[in-house]
Amino acid sequence: MALTTNGRPMTLTEPVGSTTRRHQDLAALPIRPRPSLKRWISYVLAAYVGLIALEMLFFNQNWQWDVVGSYLFSQIVISGLLNTIQLTVLTTVFGLIIGGVIAWCRLSNLAVLRTFSLLYIWVMRAMPPLVMLLLIYFVGALVPNFSIGIPFGPSFLDIPANQVISQFSAAVIGLSIYLGAYSAEIFRGGVQSLTAGQAEACKALGLSPTKAYVKVLGPQVVRNITPAMANEVITIFKNTSLVSVIGYTELLTTVQNVYAVSFETIPLLTVAVIWYLVLTSLAMVGQSLLERHFGKGFNRRKGSVPRSTQVEGSEGPVAPNPLTDVLAAKDEK
Amino acid sequence: MTTTAQTTQSIRPILELVDVTKKYGDFCALDRVNFTAAPGSVTCIVGPSGSGKSTMLRTMNMLETIDGGAIYFHGEMIGHTVHGQHRYPVSDATARKQRLNFGMVFQNFNLFPNYTALENVTLAPISVRGKSKPEALAAGEELLGKVGLAEKKNNYPSELSGGQQQRVAIARALAMEPEILLFDEPTSALDPELVGEVLSVMQRLARTGRTMVIVTHEMGFAQDVADEVIFMDAGRIIEQGPPRELFQNPKTDRAKKFFASVAREQAEEHSHA
Repeated sequence: MALTTNGRPMTLTEPVGSTTRRHQDLAALPIRPRPSLKRWISYVLAAYVGLIALEMLFFNQNWQWDVVGSYLFSQIVISGLLNTIQLTVLTTVFGLIIGGVIAWCRLSNLAVLRTFSLLYIWVMRAMPPLVMLLLIYFVGALVPNFSIGIPFGPSFLDIPANQVISQFSAAVIGLSIYLGAYSAEIFRGGVQSLTAGQAEACKALGLSPTKAYVKVLGPQVVRNITPAMANEVITIFKNTSLVSVIGYTELLTTVQNVYAVSFETIPLLTVAVIWYLVLTSLAMVGQSLLERHFGKGFNRRKGSVPRSTQVEGSEGPVAPNPLTDVLAAKDEK
Repeated sequence: MTTTAQTTQSIRPILELVDVTKKYGDFCALDRVNFTAAPGSVTCIVGPSGSGKSTMLRTMNMLETIDGGAIYFHGEMIGHTVHGQHRYPVSDATARKQRLNFGMVFQNFNLFPNYTALENVTLAPISVRGKSKPEALAAGEELLGKVGLAEKKNNYPSELSGGQQQRVAIARALAMEPEILLFDEPTSALDPELVGEVLSVMQRLARTGRTMVIVTHEMGFAQDVADEVIFMDAGRIIEQGPPRELFQNPKTDRAKKFFASVAREQAEEHSHA
């Protein structure tokens, strides 16, 4: 039996013309999404969690938001914050330079460089950053003078360790060589993730190794290592709080010093957390900018035309080309 | 062998391989390979996989080092310099200069994924040849037009089909104005329906009198464009000669067997299509 679109049997008394009109009317009805219980439950749960967060954060007197507000931009906190930023920037710059050099050594064809870099990475990875900072700060006890000369023989230049090592320089040196070891392995991974063909194509085109790295291979390495490197840099920036053990006053040490006197522990830790959040957000914005810049050509398919249709539709030169016809004709015989 | 002697006797060869040998440990990838290319000639190298075809091609522009023999370009040894009774590999800088005489097209295209088609074509002319940017761009656009991809110049390789990518790769090699073009199985990574567009570009190049050396499995193409076909097996050149002669009357059993199996394979492919 013939059925209408909504599944009811077509009555024979109904004329054919009105059936088509009914089909058109039904087809004109707007379409709405199905009511979903799941979605409503998720909204309710989200609202519940949101209210709890609101209560905990803003209606809990113990946070003392007025105290937080009064310290957030206070001179002492800002100077601690600036110290943290300065330490992070210097450590990142030196750490990445060390990492690049060590990775280059690790991939060198000179056995001495390979061994040196392996030893470096081995020792630095084994050492907790806290121990590293303390060792460098107290290096004067181990090596009273930094000297340039012949081992066991005369030295030409002596610099007392205590002149070089301050709380600040110990912090920068300690964190840089720590970051250097970790970033070296990330750099190496990035280089090894390149296919051999890319380096060969550069060679075949006559690009010098330096130019090949600057123009072609480097940008691909940066793209590959950005997420891992952003992790390391954000870790190092929070690790700057470790330098409180050698008495350098960065953000966390500053707030600790303040609440040691005023006993406003929670509000001051909140101040520190807010600034760490701000700095991490900045780092993540930087990361996504880097990823977007160096991701060009990788993740986008302009207009996202499926490959099969693209081949047939836009392959203009194939059909009118007499050579292909010649080849095809020859293939057939 | 007699036919090659005829073609090369009067003209000085542009490229000459003399007893070229390449070893991987005990395995002999190339065993005393001899080969001469006249200017403007097209040579196809065929043979079973693992026979040393690609290795032979890659020794020509020093992507592979050699363990014995020598390679001459316009009569001058490349890759090594002679010092008294010894030879040393040339410095990296010299090797780079010598390599500029060769353009290379790879099986897997090896386009730079982070650059557009036009940028791929202009990168080396600008940064190696020192061309000005407008000059390189104009030349690059013309080359892309020649391979039929003028309107794809701003697309990234990931947005192009395999055949289109390989045509960009050919344009990229041409942009350096090399004297010899090397093709390493340029259509082997392509879907069957995309092979034709790449071959037709190569055929046009061959007609313009470019010196080309092509490793390929496309016997029909070899028959059409090659002046000489080289059949290799186990690191040696087994037979060589004009394509018709070689394909129709192979002298060795190995060559007979290989051509028969290729003919069978290609017949099957066409019956599928």
